[in-house]
Amino acid sequence: MRYLPLTPDDRQSMLATIGAQSVDDLFVDVPEEARLNGPIEGLPMHAGEMAVEAHMKALAKKNHAAGDMPFFLGAGAYRHHVPASVDHIIQRGEFLTAYTPYQPEIAQGTLQTLFEFQTQVARLFGVDVANASMYDGSTACWEAITMARRITKRGKAILSSGLHPHYVSVAKTMARFTKDDLSYQAPSLEAATDGQNILDQIDDETSCVVVQYPDILGRIGDLSAIAEKAHKHKALLIAVVTEPVALGAIRSPGEMDADIVVGEGQSLGVGLQFGGPYVGLFGCKQKYVRQMPGRLCGETVDAEGKRGFVLTLSTREQHIRREKATSNICTNSGLCALAFTAHMTLLGEKGLRELAMLNHKKAVQAADRLSKIPGVKLLNESFFNEFTLVLDADSRPIVRQLADQRILAGVSLGRLYPEAGNLAHGVLVAVTETSTDAEVEALATALEGVLS
Amino acid sequence: MNMLAEGRPTKQEADLIMPEQNAVTTHTGNRALMVDEPLIFEIGSPDRSGVDLPESPQVESRLGGLEREAPIAIPGLSEGEMVRHYTRLSRQNYAIDVGLFPLGSCTMKHNPRLNEKMARLKGFADIHPLQPVESVQGALELIHELAEWLKLLTGMPAVAMSPKAGAHGELCGILAIRSALEARGDAREVILVPESAHGTNPATAAFAGYKVEDIPANKDGRVDLEALKARLGPDVAGVMITNPNTCGLFEPDMKAISDAVHAAGGLVYCDGANFNAIVGRVRPGDLGVDAMHINLHKTFSTPHGGGGPGSGPVVFSEALAPFAPLPIVEETDDGHFRLVEEETADEHHSNSFGRMVAFHGQMGMFTRALTYMLSHGADGLKQVSEDAVLNANYILRSLETVLDAPFAKSGPCMHEALFSDKGFANDLSTLDLAKGMIDEGYHPMTMYFPLVVHGAMLVEPTETESKAAIDQFIGAFRSVAERAKAGDETLKSAPHFAPRRRLDETQAARKPILVWTEDEDFAQAAE
Repeated sequence: MRYLPLTPDDRQSMLATIGAQSVDDLFVDVPEEARLNGPIEGLPMHAGEMAVEAHMKALAKKNHAAGDMPFFLGAGAYRHHVPASVDHIIQRGEFLTAYTPYQPEIAQGTLQTLFEFQTQVARLFGVDVANASMYDGSTACWEAITMARRITKRGKAILSSGLHPHYVSVAKTMARFTKDDLSYQAPSLEAATDGQNILDQIDDETSCVVVQYPDILGRIGDLSAIAEKAHKHKALLIAVVTEPVALGAIRSPGEMDADIVVGEGQSLGVGLQFGGPYVGLFGCKQKYVRQMPGRLCGETVDAEGKRGFVLTLSTREQHIRREKATSNICTNSGLCALAFTAHMTLLGEKGLRELAMLNHKKAVQAADRLSKIPGVKLLNESFFNEFTLVLDADSRPIVRQLADQRILAGVSLGRLYPEAGNLAHGVLVAVTETSTDAEVEALATALEGVLS
Repeated sequence: MNMLAEGRPTKQEADLIMPEQNAVTTHTGNRALMVDEPLIFEIGSPDRSGVDLPESPQVESRLGGLEREAPIAIPGLSEGEMVRHYTRLSRQNYAIDVGLFPLGSCTMKHNPRLNEKMARLKGFADIHPLQPVESVQGALELIHELAEWLKLLTGMPAVAMSPKAGAHGELCGILAIRSALEARGDAREVILVPESAHGTNPATAAFAGYKVEDIPANKDGRVDLEALKARLGPDVAGVMITNPNTCGLFEPDMKAISDAVHAAGGLVYCDGANFNAIVGRVRPGDLGVDAMHINLHKTFSTPHGGGGPGSGPVVFSEALAPFAPLPIVEETDDGHFRLVEEETADEHHSNSFGRMVAFHGQMGMFTRALTYMLSHGADGLKQVSEDAVLNANYILRSLETVLDAPFAKSGPCMHEALFSDKGFANDLSTLDLAKGMIDEGYHPMTMYFPLVVHGAMLVEPTETESKAAIDQFIGAFRSVAERAKAGDETLKSAPHFAPRRRLDETQAARKPILVWTEDEDFAQAAE
């Protein structure tokens, strides 16, 4: 077997050193009745590269790859072009096959990239500090809510109706066990965000307000007033960014005085990958740094005074604090964070701004084209690269029909909000730098055909 | 230069520090291939970019008056600079590709490159999690196929695929246990965890709202069955037991433990971090386990990536299966695959405890893990655990005469060998030995874990190391251990030959510098 180097002779000589007759002697602690004598039944035997590749390719072929057809899905996962050099860097064995940098003298490569990542994320979000990544945006969002509880010693969180419904689901699942009190209702199909409604809910029992920016329907609302009122009541503002490229075009949540900013970093470097692995982004104001979850990389010096980096503030973490840790998180999303930071380094501010405006203006053009179709209305007054179209009927069968025509039109709100009746008329359409004019036209034509 | 018996060129101890080398200085401070690399903030510029984009269309923007005007201050690099920056940094990392990585409990085995190639097939890498299910039948089939493998390998009837990592899988298992108990109207408050457990176990139980109590170990490094039985009662929701345990030993009483916990109305969580030792030879389902997470990045060779992403599917017994989180992939009667999520959940999913992540889990890790399983097959996986255990025992017996091995007398170990710092002279510690191993060209073993052994050193070679590689490692380990026992002062300042000397972790924690700023003092300190 190609991954196993021991020969039968090696095994014999090693058993002799150990003083065992056979490898079975090494499993004596396993109770007799639990020992399996042969290979587990129902599974195939080993196979060579060609056979495995054929099996996997057959499965891959049964999927419609986004790049093979007009594609407009978003809702928390966006298709952006990943430069070739980014994938090359993350395949370098020294990054790919390294462990968490617990031995910093021989892990400066990983540590310095994490330090750069943290700085990039903090600047993108407009906050003081950021951690070395979380599992994904949804888990980062929940961790932020628990962090606000630790800081404010209050358990009532107000979730904006514009928060991604799957992020809401994750928070609701966890809150059922932690007894946090979450206030949430599904969004309505209006051009304005629910900012006013949120302002009305904030009181002295509020721990935090969680607002997605841009929100799930693509709308962009100013967060300043919410931050101000939250702070007046000693509550925190948590901003959630599911499309970080947007922050190359619109003001950062930190500039609007958000206390904690979390997000999904998948847009840069990571790719779609059917939902994972992705990379959670997590930043906050300096004064809350000791309440942050997850790993942090910090700068220090070595015994010769040379600059170096280490994992730090680990007294917050599970391997030290055990049941008193700020979070049970152990692994972060290191390789995806590397992809994110490498892509961001390639862009720089100039590239990021250009990429953001290209996304936005292509989306504006597409929104104008699509909303000309009879029976199709554009919900948004403001948006970045994703907007909501409102149809006269349930969008789910229409999206499926278009998929049958090999056009991936967008995400039907009926799928995201199965409970809420008229929301099903909405469909989220995302347009990125990868979408061509011809593909927008193909979508428009096909949608006209299906609706007429 | 001498040669060790294993054929590895080495230096005498007295020559370990090479003063003549230190005496030579260079203009840059670099030493040939050992090159320091500045931060991107020191070499890049916000108006430089390594990406060419087409012109934006000439249309009015619709950003709601919230244009970002202030500088973002993120520097860019050209492509060549970017590739060089990360390539230079990569060379300051130890990795499995570079050498044997004996980090106990972490299972640093070879990461096959076919896995990487398969994960990049566009039919897996370039599909969106919310595409209509008809357009992603192959992806759902893959998840289903991997789930079937995991069920057969563990002898458990159900599996939740969405947890993002081992600790997330633990949380999934504990939430299922709590849901099952609540469903029968049985509010219990305590989870029992052995002292030797991974820190994630108590952290997870606490996160789920449980009180955590320790279970004592016996003198052989196993759970004390009688003490456990004595503690069981109507307030105990369950136990979290790592098997093989963190001392590298199989828990021979596992079935008796499960039976006792079940008889007392509790449920059994098994931490599957060490499944690599028994995969293909023992099924946890046969030992009465109710839930167990599987680290695909350990047993099934998906890359550790410098700290993730992991993937932690959780297998469930019949008792817990109804409470598994959404989404779930199911095969329909006509051979299609459906995705059970909020929109499609029906009656028989009404007990699901909910959703743990935004989408469906770590698909990119599923493709790699399934590729690995298909490569090995049932026969190969059995050989995996046998070779992993053989290699660890070979290390244990080769070194027990040099180092204290606290549980070596109680029988064979499983996939990892545990040593203590007993006998080190001159205040030398496990940390000093570990740093000495760095100078020998190795990543150190796991240090100071498990906590039940003083100065613990946990060595896991894995099955993908050759006998020659292990012999070299044993030679190096023996040499450094003997220096520690002889009180060799030079170990206290090790490593001497790594890209950095020992780093000041106290300073890092006291005054944390977590982001780069223009006015930092350290630039001068580094010169």
